[in-house]
Amino acid sequence: MFDFSTITTAIDQFLRDIMPSQAALLVECVLVALCAVLAYVMFAIVMIFMERKVCAAFQCRLGPMRVGPWGLLQVFADVFKMLIKEIISINNSDKVLYNLAPYLVVMSSVLTFCCLPFGEGLLVLDFNIGIFFIMAASSFGVLGILLAGWSSNNKFSMIGAVRSGAQMISYELSIGICLLTIVVMSGTMQISELVEAQRDGWFIFKGHLPAVIAFIIYLIAGNAETNRAPFDLPEAESELTAGFHTEYSGMHFGFFYVAEFMNLFIVAGIASTLFLGGWMPLHISGFDSFNTIMDYIPGVIWFLGKTFFVIWVLMWIRWTFPRLRIDQVVSLEWKYLVPIGLLNLLIMTLCVVMGWIF
Amino acid sequence: MNPTFIDIKEFRQHMENLRRKGMDFLRDLIGMDWGDEGLGAIYALENTATGENIQVAIRCESRDNAHIPTVCDIWSVAELYEREIYDFYGIIFDHHPDMRRLYLRNDWVGHPLRKDYDESEALNPIRMENESPEDVQRPYEIAEEAQLKELAKQTNKIHGDQYIINIGPQHPATHGVLRFRLALDGEEIRKIDIHCGYIHRGIEKMSEKLTYPQILALTDRLDYLSAHQNRHALCMCIEKAIGIEVTERTQYIRTIMDELQRIDSHLLFLSCAAMDLGAITTFIYGFRDREKILDIFEEVTGGRLIQNYNVIGGVQADITPDFAHKVKEYCKYQKGKIKEYNDVFTNNIITQKRMIGVGVLTREDAISYGCTGGSGRASGWACDVRKRHPYALYDKVDFKEIIYNNGDCYDRFLVRIDEIKESIHIIEQLIDNIPEGDYKVKTKPIIRIPEGRYSAAVEGSRGEFGVFIESRGEKSPYRLKFRPMGLPLIAAMHKILKGAKVADLIAIGATLDYVIPDIDR
Repeated sequence: MFDFSTITTAIDQFLRDIMPSQAALLVECVLVALCAVLAYVMFAIVMIFMERKVCAAFQCRLGPMRVGPWGLLQVFADVFKMLIKEIISINNSDKVLYNLAPYLVVMSSVLTFCCLPFGEGLLVLDFNIGIFFIMAASSFGVLGILLAGWSSNNKFSMIGAVRSGAQMISYELSIGICLLTIVVMSGTMQISELVEAQRDGWFIFKGHLPAVIAFIIYLIAGNAETNRAPFDLPEAESELTAGFHTEYSGMHFGFFYVAEFMNLFIVAGIASTLFLGGWMPLHISGFDSFNTIMDYIPGVIWFLGKTFFVIWVLMWIRWTFPRLRIDQVVSLEWKYLVPIGLLNLLIMTLCVVMGWIF
Repeated sequence: MNPTFIDIKEFRQHMENLRRKGMDFLRDLIGMDWGDEGLGAIYALENTATGENIQVAIRCESRDNAHIPTVCDIWSVAELYEREIYDFYGIIFDHHPDMRRLYLRNDWVGHPLRKDYDESEALNPIRMENESPEDVQRPYEIAEEAQLKELAKQTNKIHGDQYIINIGPQHPATHGVLRFRLALDGEEIRKIDIHCGYIHRGIEKMSEKLTYPQILALTDRLDYLSAHQNRHALCMCIEKAIGIEVTERTQYIRTIMDELQRIDSHLLFLSCAAMDLGAITTFIYGFRDREKILDIFEEVTGGRLIQNYNVIGGVQADITPDFAHKVKEYCKYQKGKIKEYNDVFTNNIITQKRMIGVGVLTREDAISYGCTGGSGRASGWACDVRKRHPYALYDKVDFKEIIYNNGDCYDRFLVRIDEIKESIHIIEQLIDNIPEGDYKVKTKPIIRIPEGRYSAAVEGSRGEFGVFIESRGEKSPYRLKFRPMGLPLIAAMHKILKGAKVADLIAIGATLDYVIPDIDR
């Protein structure tokens, strides 16, 4: 497998040669941030295009076809349109919070995005409490949504924000329990080590029953975290017009929009990292020649393939299911997912203690 | 049918007696302006057990200070009907708990359907300021009967300190320009106040100046998803009045077209109900299949949504040669698709959780509020006009009246799905046997209806659509009234909404299936 850290080390060495180490660090930070944000935007554009095409396929339509071949340039045109649109300010709104909210949402999502391991040595943030950091970073996005609803001076936005708060804080819990299940199994919280531990088999196979249960709960809760159907109550367009971002326009709306798509990517990325091996190719212990062949496929492709597969599954769900009601959303979490998740955590601990995992 | 006039003093007593005798369905309430003889109203009543129909009329001679006792505690639907009459005729209904205008603004001058209404623009200029909401309602209370006092207490008052949101007039889930003012407690709905009139075009007033063939063009614009049936009702009423018998071929064409229109409407219902619940894919599926009916309409009538097909004495143009073939092909296609809707939407666990047990309308309420059509049949009330008062060919074809008993959103949904199947069944019986003959009977160039009162009713896509004509022998009617299908449905709204949440309001609104231009005529 190709290790990206050789490239990064080379760049690091080169910078340190031509400038003092403090300056090199600064330049590296800027470079990394630039790359991360660029990747973030590019993935958002790919995701928006994918969503349009996937949804069109489910609905017996073609999707965008006019701008560029197969509508490939449609999203670029939309991004351009969004960029040049006026950002409207609302009377009697809390201006500071109103303008701050979209940045909070997008910041939380970029921070979480930086934790994803795209390949061996190709991840921005990697330290020993990685999982913990992901949970912390992803959970302050809800703050932005609450502020957006509160500061817009719009009753629909307010209802949307309160729904969103109730829903996201609840489902945070299930996500935490699922991640904890995997941490219990692998004994580490560092992302790179988690991926490394799956060299001889992905966690979903190694952890068998409890891992599969955790995976399913994670997908449900992750879907709810991203506010997508059937959990799209905060922006239920047939009830609340657009929910918490009703009053936003231009790029401020664009931030919410992009953050929603990227949160989907992040949820899928974490699912593929923790359950499906991240960039690790499919390895079956004992089949060495098979494993070698698999190793020829680059890690980035493995990671993106798994991630986009999970995204596709989530999109399938999004375009098929009707929307739940708020009391059903909350009771699904507190009455079913949390108890099952806790029980599952117990089973996983038992399995680890008794050595029943592969 | 001529109504019996009741003296105003005995009126309450008489109506209560009628109700006790089983006249439980107020089919229609028609405000009248008889010129010098005074203002009044005609009550069309039906006994749902025996099918007996009567009309009762009341007249008060004073034009400036007309008072009629309310009947809205006897038949709940009268609450909105009486508000409509107050709005258009200025008749005050004593003891009515909520005597506000229904369609026009609070500051409107005059009552437009009166014969002496001043239409000058100086009185009612286009007002640029907002209407001030009339939160304090004025029940006209003479304070005698305890029962009526009790009624006044239940009035649906909304106060300024409640969390009020407006669903509509521009809202994705109202399917048009209807406005609900909701008082919320968290997600739960405490009170609802309905504001109509955003798309009122005064069709009944316009009709009084137009000739009969001209009026026909307006019916398609009422409930645009029952365009054929609406026009069928008016044509039937006029044909009955001037005594023409349409040909067998016309009857076949009209029946088939009515049923195609019903499928069209129910497919739109299914799509929109799915979309309101958030299932956008089902929405597209429904529209994909509805397109095929619209193509057939376009080929035969030239119009897709507004077809202008029925005319007095027949239909506008003969069917195209491959009409039968296309319709048969469509029926075959559609039968297969119903399973698809059920797979992707109806049998979905979330759909069922959202709809079963939500928004229950009991049979008694359905009758009292006059909720006909699929909504009434879901509550167990056999209210299909095609069975109750058969017209066209409905007594010759074999079809089932779909009845469900729970009266919740899910049953209202299932009724429509099953009715699509029944409609296909009806079409299949007729399509191969369309007889040869004229598609239109010759009529006089100027149609005058002899003096008298005439009415006709058809089963529209979402309930009973009635036409009432009072003629004085002119070429335009003295009074023309359309019975709306949607008004009773929204009248029942506050009853259905007890304990519901905002999301339930959307599900209930979607499954009641009202069309706003039919409420605002």
